[in-house]
Amino acid sequence: MRALLAIIHRDLLLVMRRKSEVLTAVFFFVVVTSLFPLGIGADAALLRKIAPGVIWVSALLSTLLGLHRMFAADYHDGALEQLALSPQPMVLLVTGKMIAHWIVCGLPLVLLAPIIGIQFDLDSNSLYVLMATLLLGTPVLSLLGSIGAALTLGVRGGGVLMSLIILPLYIPVLIFGAGAVYANSVGLDTSGHFSLLGALLILALAFIPWVSSAAVKIAIE
Amino acid sequence: MTANISTSSSKSPLVLEARGLCCVRGERELFVGLNLRIASGDCLHVRGENGVGKTSLLRLLTGLSKPESGEVLWSGQSIAVDPITYHRQLLFLGHRDALKEDLTALENMQMYAALDDVSLSQEKALAALWRFGLRGRENLPVHYLSAGQKRRVLMARMLTRQAKLWILDEPFNALDAQAVHELQNLIIEHITAGGLTVLTSHQEINIPNMQVLEL
Repeated sequence: MRALLAIIHRDLLLVMRRKSEVLTAVFFFVVVTSLFPLGIGADAALLRKIAPGVIWVSALLSTLLGLHRMFAADYHDGALEQLALSPQPMVLLVTGKMIAHWIVCGLPLVLLAPIIGIQFDLDSNSLYVLMATLLLGTPVLSLLGSIGAALTLGVRGGGVLMSLIILPLYIPVLIFGAGAVYANSVGLDTSGHFSLLGALLILALAFIPWVSSAAVKIAIE
Repeated sequence: MTANISTSSSKSPLVLEARGLCCVRGERELFVGLNLRIASGDCLHVRGENGVGKTSLLRLLTGLSKPESGEVLWSGQSIAVDPITYHRQLLFLGHRDALKEDLTALENMQMYAALDDVSLSQEKALAALWRFGLRGRENLPVHYLSAGQKRRVLMARMLTRQAKLWILDEPFNALDAQAVHELQNLIIEHITAGGLTVLTSHQEINIPNMQVLEL
Protein backbone atom coordinates (compact mmCIF):
# COMPACT_ATOMS: atom_id res chain seq x y z
CA MET A 1 0.00 0.00 0.00
CA ARG A 2 2.88 2.35 0.80
CA ALA A 3 4.32 1.59 -2.61
CA LEU A 4 1.01 2.44 -4.30
CA LEU A 5 0.94 5.81 -2.57
CA ALA A 6 4.62 6.34 -3.31
CA ILE A 7 4.16 5.82 -7.04
CA ILE A 8 1.07 8.06 -7.15
CA HIS A 9 2.94 10.73 -5.22
CA ARG A 10 5.92 10.38 -7.55
CA ASP A 11 3.87 10.72 -10.72
CA LEU A 12 1.89 13.67 -9.40
CA LEU A 13 5.11 15.38 -8.31
CA LEU A 14 6.54 14.90 -11.78
CA VAL A 15 3.41 16.39 -13.29
CA MET A 16 3.61 19.39 -10.98
CA ARG A 17 7.15 20.01 -12.14
CA ARG A 18 6.06 20.04 -15.76
CA LYS A 19 2.62 21.54 -15.72
CA SER A 20 2.44 22.42 -19.40
CA GLU A 21 2.04 18.79 -20.44
CA VAL A 22 -1.01 18.27 -18.26
CA LEU A 23 -2.58 21.58 -18.99
CA THR A 24 -2.41 20.73 -22.68
CA ALA A 25 -4.88 17.87 -22.28
CA VAL A 26 -7.28 19.86 -20.09
CA PHE A 27 -7.00 22.93 -22.30
CA PHE A 28 -7.67 20.77 -25.36
CA PHE A 29 -10.89 19.55 -23.74
CA VAL A 30 -12.02 23.08 -22.93
CA VAL A 31 -11.16 24.50 -26.35
CA VAL A 32 -12.69 21.71 -28.43
CA THR A 33 -15.93 21.72 -26.46
CA SER A 34 -16.07 25.52 -26.73
CA LEU A 35 -15.57 25.49 -30.50
CA PHE A 36 -18.80 23.63 -31.14
CA PRO A 37 -21.20 26.26 -29.71
CA LEU A 38 -19.18 28.94 -31.48
CA GLY A 39 -19.28 27.12 -34.80
CA ILE A 40 -22.91 26.03 -34.68
CA GLY A 41 -24.39 29.25 -33.41
CA ALA A 42 -27.11 29.99 -30.94
CA ASP A 43 -29.47 27.15 -31.77
CA ALA A 44 -30.12 26.06 -28.20
CA ALA A 45 -32.18 23.01 -29.09
CA LEU A 46 -29.48 21.65 -31.40
CA LEU A 47 -26.72 22.37 -28.87
CA ARG A 48 -28.59 20.54 -26.13
CA LYS A 49 -28.97 17.58 -28.46
CA ILE A 50 -25.31 17.30 -29.45
CA ALA A 51 -23.86 18.21 -26.04
CA PRO A 52 -23.48 14.69 -24.60
CA GLY A 53 -21.77 13.37 -27.72
CA VAL A 54 -19.45 16.34 -28.16
CA ILE A 55 -18.40 16.45 -24.52
CA TRP A 56 -17.81 12.72 -24.36
CA VAL A 57 -15.83 12.56 -27.61
CA SER A 58 -13.69 15.48 -26.43
CA ALA A 59 -13.12 13.66 -23.15
CA LEU A 60 -11.95 10.55 -25.04
CA LEU A 61 -9.54 12.53 -27.20
CA SER A 62 -8.09 14.58 -24.37
CA THR A 63 -7.54 11.41 -22.30
CA LEU A 64 -5.67 10.05 -25.28
CA LEU A 65 -3.39 13.10 -25.33
CA GLY A 66 -2.02 12.36 -21.88
CA LEU A 67 -1.70 8.62 -22.31
CA HIS A 68 1.69 8.43 -23.98
CA ARG A 69 3.17 9.97 -20.84
CA MET A 70 2.00 7.14 -18.64
CA PHE A 71 4.94 4.81 -19.30
CA ALA A 72 7.02 6.29 -22.13
CA ALA A 73 9.18 8.70 -20.12
CA ASP A 74 9.93 6.04 -17.50
CA TYR A 75 10.71 3.58 -20.24
CA HIS A 76 13.22 5.86 -21.92
CA ASP A 77 15.18 6.89 -18.85
CA GLY A 78 15.32 3.38 -17.40
CA ALA A 79 13.03 4.11 -14.44
CA LEU A 80 10.57 1.46 -15.60
CA GLU A 81 13.31 -1.18 -15.23
CA GLN A 82 13.97 0.06 -11.73
CA LEU A 83 10.26 -0.19 -10.95
CA ALA A 84 10.21 -3.75 -12.29
CA LEU A 85 13.20 -4.58 -10.08
CA SER A 86 11.77 -3.02 -6.94
CA PRO A 87 10.42 -5.44 -4.37
CA GLN A 88 6.83 -4.54 -5.22
CA PRO A 89 4.33 -6.36 -7.39
CA MET A 90 4.32 -4.76 -10.82
CA VAL A 91 0.51 -4.80 -10.83
CA LEU A 92 0.49 -2.43 -7.88
CA LEU A 93 2.89 0.01 -9.50
CA VAL A 94 1.02 -0.02 -12.80
CA THR A 95 -2.24 0.57 -10.93
CA GLY A 96 -0.63 3.52 -9.18
CA LYS A 97 0.38 5.01 -12.49
CA MET A 98 -3.18 4.63 -13.81
CA ILE A 99 -4.61 6.33 -10.74
CA ALA A 100 -2.15 9.19 -11.15
CA HIS A 101 -3.11 9.49 -14.81
CA TRP A 102 -6.78 9.64 -13.89
CA ILE A 103 -6.21 12.31 -11.24
CA VAL A 104 -4.38 14.41 -13.80
CA CYS A 105 -6.35 13.73 -16.99
CA GLY A 106 -9.75 12.40 -15.86
CA LEU A 107 -10.72 14.20 -12.67
CA PRO A 108 -10.32 17.72 -14.14
CA LEU A 109 -12.78 16.77 -16.90
CA VAL A 110 -15.37 15.71 -14.33
CA LEU A 111 -14.94 19.00 -12.50
CA LEU A 112 -15.00 21.10 -15.66
CA ALA A 113 -18.01 19.34 -17.18
CA PRO A 114 -20.69 21.55 -15.54
CA ILE A 115 -19.02 24.71 -16.83
CA ILE A 116 -18.69 23.24 -20.30
CA GLY A 117 -22.28 22.01 -20.12
CA ILE A 118 -23.60 25.52 -19.57
CA GLN A 119 -22.26 26.48 -23.00
CA PHE A 120 -24.56 23.84 -24.43
CA ASP A 121 -27.55 25.12 -22.47
CA LEU A 122 -27.87 21.91 -20.44
CA ASP A 123 -30.19 22.12 -17.43
CA SER A 124 -28.88 21.39 -13.96
CA ASN A 125 -30.31 17.87 -13.91
CA SER A 126 -28.45 17.00 -17.12
CA LEU A 127 -25.26 18.49 -15.71
CA TYR A 128 -25.42 16.18 -12.70
CA VAL A 129 -25.96 13.18 -14.96
CA LEU A 130 -23.08 14.30 -17.19
CA MET A 131 -20.73 14.63 -14.21
CA ALA A 132 -21.80 11.27 -12.86
CA THR A 133 -21.20 9.52 -16.19
CA LEU A 134 -17.79 11.15 -16.50
CA LEU A 135 -16.95 10.16 -12.94
CA LEU A 136 -17.70 6.53 -13.75
CA GLY A 137 -16.40 6.61 -17.30
CA THR A 138 -13.09 8.47 -17.19
CA PRO A 139 -11.40 5.90 -14.90
CA VAL A 140 -12.30 3.27 -17.50
CA LEU A 141 -10.68 5.47 -20.15
CA SER A 142 -7.46 5.69 -18.12
CA LEU A 143 -7.49 1.95 -17.45
CA LEU A 144 -8.14 0.93 -21.05
CA GLY A 145 -5.66 3.48 -22.27
CA SER A 146 -2.91 1.99 -20.16
CA ILE A 147 -3.07 -1.17 -22.27
CA GLY A 148 -2.36 0.83 -25.40
CA ALA A 149 0.34 2.87 -23.69
CA ALA A 150 2.06 -0.30 -22.48
CA LEU A 151 1.75 -2.20 -25.75
CA THR A 152 3.23 0.60 -27.84
CA LEU A 153 6.28 1.17 -25.59
CA GLY A 154 9.40 1.43 -27.68
CA VAL A 155 7.46 1.33 -30.94
CA ARG A 156 8.27 4.02 -33.47
CA GLY A 157 5.21 6.13 -34.21
CA GLY A 158 3.60 4.57 -31.18
CA GLY A 159 1.23 7.47 -30.62
CA VAL A 160 -0.80 6.84 -33.74
CA LEU A 161 -0.78 3.11 -33.23
CA MET A 162 -1.96 3.62 -29.66
CA SER A 163 -4.93 5.69 -30.84
CA LEU A 164 -5.85 2.97 -33.29
CA ILE A 165 -5.71 0.30 -30.60
CA ILE A 166 -7.47 2.28 -27.91
CA LEU A 167 -10.23 4.28 -29.59
CA PRO A 168 -12.30 1.23 -30.64
CA LEU A 169 -12.12 -0.01 -27.06
CA TYR A 170 -13.55 3.29 -25.88
CA ILE A 171 -16.74 2.84 -27.88
CA PRO A 172 -18.84 1.15 -25.16
CA VAL A 173 -17.93 3.85 -22.64
CA LEU A 174 -18.86 6.51 -25.16
CA ILE A 175 -22.21 4.89 -25.98
CA PHE A 176 -23.35 4.46 -22.40
CA GLY A 177 -21.81 7.71 -21.14
CA ALA A 178 -23.34 9.94 -23.80
CA GLY A 179 -26.46 7.76 -23.88
CA ALA A 180 -27.21 8.37 -20.22
CA VAL A 181 -27.13 12.13 -20.62
CA TYR A 182 -29.32 11.94 -23.71
CA ALA A 183 -31.79 9.54 -22.10
CA ASN A 184 -32.08 11.83 -19.09
CA SER A 185 -32.77 14.84 -21.29
CA VAL A 186 -35.69 13.08 -22.99
CA GLY A 187 -37.03 11.82 -19.69
CA LEU A 188 -36.04 8.16 -19.92
CA ASP A 189 -34.71 6.05 -17.08
CA THR A 190 -30.88 6.22 -16.87
CA SER A 191 -30.27 3.49 -14.31
CA GLY A 192 -29.47 0.96 -17.03
CA HIS A 193 -26.75 3.16 -18.49
CA PHE A 194 -25.24 3.73 -15.06
CA SER A 195 -25.31 0.03 -14.24
CA LEU A 196 -23.48 -0.75 -17.46
CA LEU A 197 -20.91 1.99 -16.90
CA GLY A 198 -20.37 0.71 -13.37
CA ALA A 199 -20.01 -2.82 -14.67
CA LEU A 200 -17.43 -1.63 -17.21
CA LEU A 201 -15.48 0.09 -14.45
CA ILE A 202 -15.52 -2.98 -12.21
CA LEU A 203 -14.48 -5.26 -15.07
CA ALA A 204 -11.71 -2.89 -16.08
CA LEU A 205 -10.44 -2.62 -12.50
CA ALA A 206 -10.47 -6.37 -12.12
CA PHE A 207 -8.53 -7.28 -15.24
CA ILE A 208 -6.68 -4.39 -16.81
CA PRO A 209 -3.93 -3.86 -14.21
CA TRP A 210 -2.77 -7.42 -14.86
CA VAL A 211 -2.93 -7.03 -18.62
CA SER A 212 -1.00 -3.77 -18.57
CA SER A 213 1.66 -4.98 -16.19
CA ALA A 214 2.20 -8.04 -18.41
CA ALA A 215 2.54 -5.72 -21.43
CA VAL A 216 5.02 -3.53 -19.56
CA LYS A 217 7.10 -6.55 -18.59
CA ILE A 218 7.23 -7.66 -22.21
CA ALA A 219 8.30 -4.18 -23.28
CA ILE A 220 11.27 -3.98 -20.88
CA GLU A 221 12.49 -7.52 -21.52
CA MET B 1 28.39 5.32 8.19
CA THR B 2 27.33 2.64 5.77
CA ALA B 3 23.95 1.12 6.13
CA ASN B 4 24.90 -2.22 4.63
CA ILE B 5 27.43 -2.99 7.36
CA SER B 6 24.78 -2.86 10.04
CA THR B 7 22.48 -5.29 8.25
CA SER B 8 25.02 -7.96 7.36
CA SER B 9 23.91 -10.33 10.07
CA SER B 10 22.24 -13.00 7.93
CA LYS B 11 23.27 -16.54 8.76
CA SER B 12 23.02 -18.45 5.51
CA PRO B 13 25.73 -17.61 2.99
CA LEU B 14 24.46 -15.68 0.02
CA VAL B 15 25.26 -17.25 -3.31
CA LEU B 16 24.41 -16.14 -6.80
CA GLU B 17 24.61 -18.99 -9.23
CA ALA B 18 23.92 -19.37 -12.92
CA ARG B 19 23.53 -22.81 -14.46
CA GLY B 20 23.77 -23.46 -18.17
CA LEU B 21 22.62 -20.02 -19.20
CA CYS B 22 21.93 -19.61 -22.88
CA CYS B 23 21.17 -16.24 -24.38
CA VAL B 24 19.87 -15.59 -27.89
CA ARG B 25 19.46 -12.11 -29.31
CA GLY B 26 17.64 -12.12 -32.62
CA GLU B 27 19.34 -14.79 -34.73
CA ARG B 28 22.61 -14.76 -32.82
CA GLU B 29 23.55 -17.00 -29.95
CA LEU B 30 25.48 -14.80 -27.56
CA PHE B 31 26.55 -17.49 -25.12
CA VAL B 32 25.63 -21.09 -24.41
CA GLY B 33 26.02 -23.16 -21.27
CA LEU B 34 27.38 -20.35 -19.15
CA ASN B 35 27.94 -21.23 -15.50
CA LEU B 36 29.00 -18.92 -12.74
CA ARG B 37 28.93 -18.88 -8.98
CA ILE B 38 29.78 -16.07 -6.62
CA ALA B 39 29.28 -15.93 -2.87
CA SER B 40 29.32 -13.30 -0.12
CA GLY B 41 32.39 -11.12 -0.38
CA ASP B 42 33.00 -11.81 -4.07
CA CYS B 43 33.22 -9.34 -6.87
CA LEU B 44 32.87 -10.58 -10.42
CA HIS B 45 34.14 -8.51 -13.31
CA VAL B 46 32.49 -9.47 -16.61
CA ARG B 47 34.72 -8.56 -19.52
CA GLY B 48 34.50 -8.81 -23.26
CA GLU B 49 34.28 -6.89 -26.49
CA ASN B 50 31.34 -4.68 -27.37
CA GLY B 51 28.26 -6.65 -28.28
CA VAL B 52 29.50 -9.89 -26.77
CA GLY B 53 26.57 -10.04 -24.36
CA LYS B 54 27.75 -8.47 -21.11
CA THR B 55 24.64 -6.38 -20.63
CA SER B 56 22.44 -9.30 -21.70
CA LEU B 57 24.10 -11.48 -19.07
CA LEU B 58 23.54 -8.87 -16.36
CA ARG B 59 19.89 -8.52 -17.36
CA LEU B 60 19.48 -12.29 -17.16
CA LEU B 61 20.99 -12.23 -13.67
CA THR B 62 18.52 -9.56 -12.54
CA GLY B 63 15.54 -11.41 -13.96
CA LEU B 64 14.62 -8.55 -16.29
CA SER B 65 14.91 -10.94 -19.20
CA LYS B 66 14.45 -14.69 -19.26
CA PRO B 67 17.18 -17.04 -20.47
CA GLU B 68 16.60 -19.24 -23.51
CA SER B 69 17.60 -22.15 -21.29
CA GLY B 70 19.28 -22.55 -17.92
CA GLU B 71 18.46 -20.80 -14.68
CA VAL B 72 19.68 -18.25 -12.20
CA LEU B 73 19.69 -19.19 -8.52
CA TRP B 74 19.87 -16.93 -5.49
CA SER B 75 20.81 -18.80 -2.32
CA GLY B 76 19.80 -22.05 -3.94
CA GLN B 77 16.39 -20.95 -5.18
CA SER B 78 15.53 -20.03 -8.74
CA ILE B 79 14.93 -16.27 -8.98
CA ALA B 80 11.79 -16.88 -11.04
CA VAL B 81 10.12 -18.56 -8.04
CA ASP B 82 10.10 -15.58 -5.71
CA PRO B 83 11.21 -12.47 -7.60
CA ILE B 84 10.02 -10.06 -4.92
CA THR B 85 12.29 -11.51 -2.23
CA TYR B 86 15.16 -11.55 -4.71
CA HIS B 87 14.56 -7.96 -5.77
CA ARG B 88 14.57 -6.86 -2.14
CA GLN B 89 18.23 -7.92 -2.01
CA LEU B 90 19.15 -6.69 -5.47
CA LEU B 91 20.32 -3.38 -6.82
CA PHE B 92 20.75 -3.14 -10.58
CA LEU B 93 22.17 -0.06 -12.26
CA GLY B 94 22.03 -0.08 -16.02
CA HIS B 95 23.35 2.20 -18.75
CA ARG B 96 20.57 4.66 -18.19
CA ASP B 97 20.61 6.42 -14.86
CA ALA B 98 16.85 6.07 -14.20
CA LEU B 99 16.85 9.38 -12.35
CA LYS B 100 13.88 11.64 -12.94
CA GLU B 101 15.26 14.82 -14.48
CA ASP B 102 12.59 17.08 -13.00
CA LEU B 103 13.11 15.92 -9.43
CA THR B 104 16.01 16.92 -7.23
CA ALA B 105 18.76 14.50 -6.25
CA LEU B 106 17.26 14.27 -2.78
CA GLU B 107 13.74 13.63 -4.09
CA ASN B 108 15.05 10.95 -6.42
CA MET B 109 16.74 9.21 -3.49
CA GLN B 110 13.60 9.43 -1.34
CA MET B 111 11.37 8.26 -4.17
CA TYR B 112 13.49 5.18 -4.79
CA ALA B 113 13.76 4.49 -1.07
CA ALA B 114 9.96 4.47 -0.81
CA LEU B 115 9.62 2.15 -3.80
CA ASP B 116 12.46 -0.11 -2.65
CA ASP B 117 10.87 -0.28 0.78
CA VAL B 118 13.95 0.89 2.68
CA SER B 119 13.75 3.50 5.39
CA LEU B 120 15.75 6.57 4.52
CA SER B 121 15.76 9.63 6.72
CA GLN B 122 16.50 12.98 5.18
CA GLU B 123 19.75 13.24 7.16
CA LYS B 124 20.92 9.87 5.89
CA ALA B 125 20.12 10.75 2.29
CA LEU B 126 21.91 14.08 2.60
CA ALA B 127 24.93 12.45 4.23
CA ALA B 128 25.14 9.98 1.36
CA LEU B 129 24.92 12.75 -1.24
CA TRP B 130 27.52 14.82 0.59
CA ARG B 131 29.89 11.89 0.78
CA PHE B 132 30.00 11.84 -3.00
CA GLY B 133 30.63 15.53 -3.43
CA LEU B 134 27.11 16.75 -4.06
CA ARG B 135 26.96 19.18 -1.18
CA GLY B 136 25.04 22.25 -2.28
CA ARG B 137 23.48 20.42 -5.23
CA GLU B 138 21.03 18.20 -3.36
CA ASN B 139 18.12 20.52 -4.12
CA LEU B 140 18.87 21.08 -7.79
CA PRO B 141 16.76 19.24 -10.33
CA VAL B 142 18.87 16.35 -11.66
CA HIS B 143 18.43 17.92 -15.08
CA TYR B 144 21.05 20.53 -14.10
CA LEU B 145 23.67 17.98 -13.05
CA SER B 146 26.43 16.73 -15.32
CA ALA B 147 26.65 13.09 -16.40
CA GLY B 148 29.31 12.41 -13.77
CA GLN B 149 27.29 14.07 -11.04
CA LYS B 150 24.28 11.94 -11.95
CA ARG B 151 26.45 8.84 -11.49
CA ARG B 152 27.40 10.24 -8.09
CA VAL B 153 23.71 10.42 -7.17
CA LEU B 154 23.53 6.74 -8.11
CA MET B 155 26.51 6.03 -5.84
CA ALA B 156 24.58 7.66 -3.02
CA ARG B 157 21.67 5.40 -3.87
CA MET B 158 23.94 2.34 -3.80
CA LEU B 159 25.12 3.34 -0.34
CA THR B 160 21.60 3.68 1.07
CA ARG B 161 19.82 0.89 -0.80
CA GLN B 162 20.74 -1.86 1.71
CA ALA B 163 20.93 -4.46 -1.04
CA LYS B 164 23.14 -7.52 -0.77
CA LEU B 165 23.72 -8.01 -4.46
CA TRP B 166 24.87 -5.22 -6.70
CA ILE B 167 24.70 -5.72 -10.44
CA LEU B 168 26.34 -2.75 -12.10
CA ASP B 169 26.54 -2.18 -15.82
CA GLU B 170 29.49 0.09 -16.68
CA PRO B 171 29.41 1.89 -13.34
CA PHE B 172 32.68 3.71 -14.04
CA ASN B 173 31.38 5.53 -17.12
CA ALA B 174 31.52 9.32 -17.01
CA LEU B 175 33.28 9.37 -13.64
CA ASP B 176 36.41 11.42 -12.99
CA ALA B 177 39.52 9.86 -11.42
CA GLN B 178 38.50 10.88 -7.92
CA ALA B 179 35.00 9.43 -8.32
CA VAL B 180 36.37 6.19 -9.82
CA HIS B 181 38.45 5.83 -6.69
CA GLU B 182 35.46 6.54 -4.46
CA LEU B 183 33.31 4.02 -6.31
CA GLN B 184 36.00 1.35 -5.98
CA ASN B 185 36.13 2.05 -2.26
CA LEU B 186 32.35 1.83 -2.07
CA ILE B 187 32.40 -1.58 -3.79
CA ILE B 188 35.21 -2.82 -1.55
CA GLU B 189 33.24 -1.63 1.49
CA HIS B 190 30.20 -3.50 0.17
CA ILE B 191 31.96 -6.82 -0.41
CA THR B 192 33.89 -6.73 2.85
CA ALA B 193 30.53 -6.29 4.57
CA GLY B 194 29.41 -9.56 2.98
CA GLY B 195 27.82 -8.23 -0.18
CA LEU B 196 28.19 -9.50 -3.72
CA THR B 197 28.98 -7.46 -6.80
CA VAL B 198 28.80 -8.22 -10.49
CA LEU B 199 30.02 -5.48 -12.78
CA THR B 200 31.13 -4.78 -16.30
CA SER B 201 33.77 -2.27 -17.21
CA HIS B 202 36.33 -1.57 -19.88
CA GLN B 203 38.65 0.08 -17.40
CA GLU B 204 41.22 -1.49 -15.15
CA ILE B 205 39.74 -1.89 -11.69
CA ASN B 206 41.64 -2.31 -8.45
CA ILE B 207 39.49 -4.45 -6.25
CA PRO B 208 41.18 -7.18 -4.19
CA ASN B 209 40.20 -10.82 -4.90
CA MET B 210 38.23 -9.85 -7.95
CA GLN B 211 37.14 -12.68 -10.19
CA VAL B 212 37.10 -12.16 -13.91
CA LEU B 213 34.72 -13.69 -16.41
CA GLU B 214 35.75 -13.36 -20.05
CA LEU B 215 32.81 -13.62 -22.38
